[in-house]
Amino acid sequence: MDLLNAFVALSNFVLVPAIAYGSQLALGALGVTMIYGILRFSNFAHGDTMAFGTMATILITWWFQGMGLHLGVLPTALLALPFGIAACMVLLLFTDRAVYRFYRAQKAKPVILVIVSIGVMFVLNGLVRFIIGPGDQRFADGARFIISARDFKEATGLDEGLAIKSTQGITVITAVIVVAALFWFLNRTRTGKSMRAYSDNEDLALLSGINPDRVVMVTWLIVAGLATIAGVLYGLDKSFKPFTYFQLLLPIFASAIVGGLGSPLGAIAGGFVIAFSEVFITYAWKKVLGYLLPENLEPSGLVQLLSTDYKFAVSFVILLIVLLFRPTGLFRGKAV
Amino acid sequence: MSGSVRNFGLFALVAFLILLTGVMQSWSTALLIVNMGLISAIMSLGVNLQWGFAGLFNVGVMGFVALGGLATVLVSMPPTTEAWAAGGVRVLAGLLTGAAVIVAAALAYRHMPKSPARAAAILVILVGGFFLYRAVFDPGVEEVEAVSPASTGYLGGLNLPVVLAWPVGGLLAAGAAWIIGKTALGLRSDYLAIATLGIAEIILAVLKNEDWLARGVKNVVGLPRPVPYEIDLQNDPGFVETAAGMGLDPVTASSLYVKLGYSVLFTVVLALILLLAQLALKSPWGRMMRAIRDNEVAAEAMGKDVTRRHLQIFILGSAVCGIAGAMMTTLDGQLIPTSYQPLRFTFLIWVMVIVGGSGNNFGAVLGGFLIWFLWVQVEPIGLWLMQVITAPLAEGSALKAHLIESAAHMRLLTMGLVLILVLRFSPRGLIPER
Repeated sequence: MDLLNAFVALSNFVLVPAIAYGSQLALGALGVTMIYGILRFSNFAHGDTMAFGTMATILITWWFQGMGLHLGVLPTALLALPFGIAACMVLLLFTDRAVYRFYRAQKAKPVILVIVSIGVMFVLNGLVRFIIGPGDQRFADGARFIISARDFKEATGLDEGLAIKSTQGITVITAVIVVAALFWFLNRTRTGKSMRAYSDNEDLALLSGINPDRVVMVTWLIVAGLATIAGVLYGLDKSFKPFTYFQLLLPIFASAIVGGLGSPLGAIAGGFVIAFSEVFITYAWKKVLGYLLPENLEPSGLVQLLSTDYKFAVSFVILLIVLLFRPTGLFRGKAV
Repeated sequence: MSGSVRNFGLFALVAFLILLTGVMQSWSTALLIVNMGLISAIMSLGVNLQWGFAGLFNVGVMGFVALGGLATVLVSMPPTTEAWAAGGVRVLAGLLTGAAVIVAAALAYRHMPKSPARAAAILVILVGGFFLYRAVFDPGVEEVEAVSPASTGYLGGLNLPVVLAWPVGGLLAAGAAWIIGKTALGLRSDYLAIATLGIAEIILAVLKNEDWLARGVKNVVGLPRPVPYEIDLQNDPGFVETAAGMGLDPVTASSLYVKLGYSVLFTVVLALILLLAQLALKSPWGRMMRAIRDNEVAAEAMGKDVTRRHLQIFILGSAVCGIAGAMMTTLDGQLIPTSYQPLRFTFLIWVMVIVGGSGNNFGAVLGGFLIWFLWVQVEPIGLWLMQVITAPLAEGSALKAHLIESAAHMRLLTMGLVLILVLRFSPRGLIPER
């Protein structure tokens, strides 16, 4: 019984949140890795792209809510999501046309593109704050829990409750669908294959008649979708604040690099590695250990390895370890 | 030469803008812009050293600046003797334990043959060491933070003159840069960017959470100053008389005097660093750096140790940022960890370097002043612009209120646009590299 209680407590506080957070990071890292694979630079504006897509979704959600439109138990934001993605697609295509294309034509060094993306980041950051303000916005509605802690306790008779928020469920289901669709697209469709070919060897792809402009356009469209979905899921699960999205850049990059930049599979693995280590190391283990250890060995302190404020440090240390011992990442990404 | 005339004109333009601020707004505002401009110029010299000379992409400027700020506290504040008595030794012992664990793990890695046994040994050392470190460290921290937490609750500093904190800030930043450089240099440039971005966040997290070090988010206020206090000047009859002779009231005069004092000090530092940077740029060492930047493979083939040289200049540039950070905290007179924002302290410095002209020290200095001026003035200009634009809208309309309220965020937008436009149409900056 104690073992079961320990497992439920662990699931409630560690496994479920980490799986949801990992899915969000994985979707974000997929966007970074796609841009890296096709356009060959680290996009610093990615966090703010996520913020922009989420902001568009939130505004449409509010509009829908004002009209009395909703999805019952599901959050209205899901209904608004396609419109948010569309807005983000327009934005990314515009930035590509207005900013990045020039440097692509010049064959500028990747680091120049990175600096340019910092400029884009500034503009997007200002734009988002300008439109929706720098504060916290909550836009989740619908049912709050799939299983609430009390229902779980009543149903199982255990001391520990397991609560699964509906946003966590939605996050995981959406992430699975999106990832499956993405891999289907990359592996099965003609456009997807041409994208992978372009990513593997640009010159060879050009020789075999692949249209680079089209590849780049499709990449931005996919990235817009991924970024908006990741941002909306994160916002539903926690809350939306422009600065938080900027800060997500670090764990997202860490995920992409840990998995191997340019490798979609790696981005997903990296997302979960980062999320699980963050939650594991910043969780206070007292409760779980209390169930597992014999009475006299019960810990007196919180048994928290690091305070939650250091969660950035966790992604960073993992990043350093990977850079030191396996710079190409777990899944052998593109470059050293 | 037309080039130097042009450069002189650009500097004169910035000087004119600042003088205009003095006439239109107030001399106090103008001097504030000058002081922060001097500091910004030093920061952008540091970044220019890394980016302009060596092509290293450091986006952790904020972290090095914050370390400089920490140095100010550690050097200049009086020590909290009760806290030292309560747990100071224990905290130090804890830190030494932590360092010893890392050294032990590194030794194990280096001296044991590659095998599962080595991995296990390192894991045991690290995990066991971590708990040992926490066991030694935590009680000490608790005791230190319990010493009158409302006013101190930290170990305090060394009670030395605050100017000494400037080089110390540089040293602290150099130490952090060494750790980062050792791991991330030699890999592709994006990785250094991510690593520096990370270290900056971690340094900030440490500053915010380690109350025993510098009071965390409770801030350290009342740092000693290298210049006299306004109130002392106002009580000094000689000063009041001189001020009256110049037609100024004592309050304004004292405030201007203090700000001018800072300006003089900062100008000396800037001139010194600029001189050194110029000498370095012209020296064989500087030529080698640029050769490495322009073609790493060729430089390596000529027998240059690229990674080592990169490490060297990365440390130097970060140290310059640390010095500037210590100066800034001295100017503020307080250390507020929550005030460090990456957009303001990292990416704005980058805008300065790119706009000024990467690879040119004078360009970096010009960019520092110009962008800082814009950063300060865009807000009132943006507000005014918004008021003009929204003037036709009805009074009390929600859109109008929102637009005027949001005008403050025009800053980021403007800076981003400036960066993108300069990179697009004048990628070598205002004063290009020669």
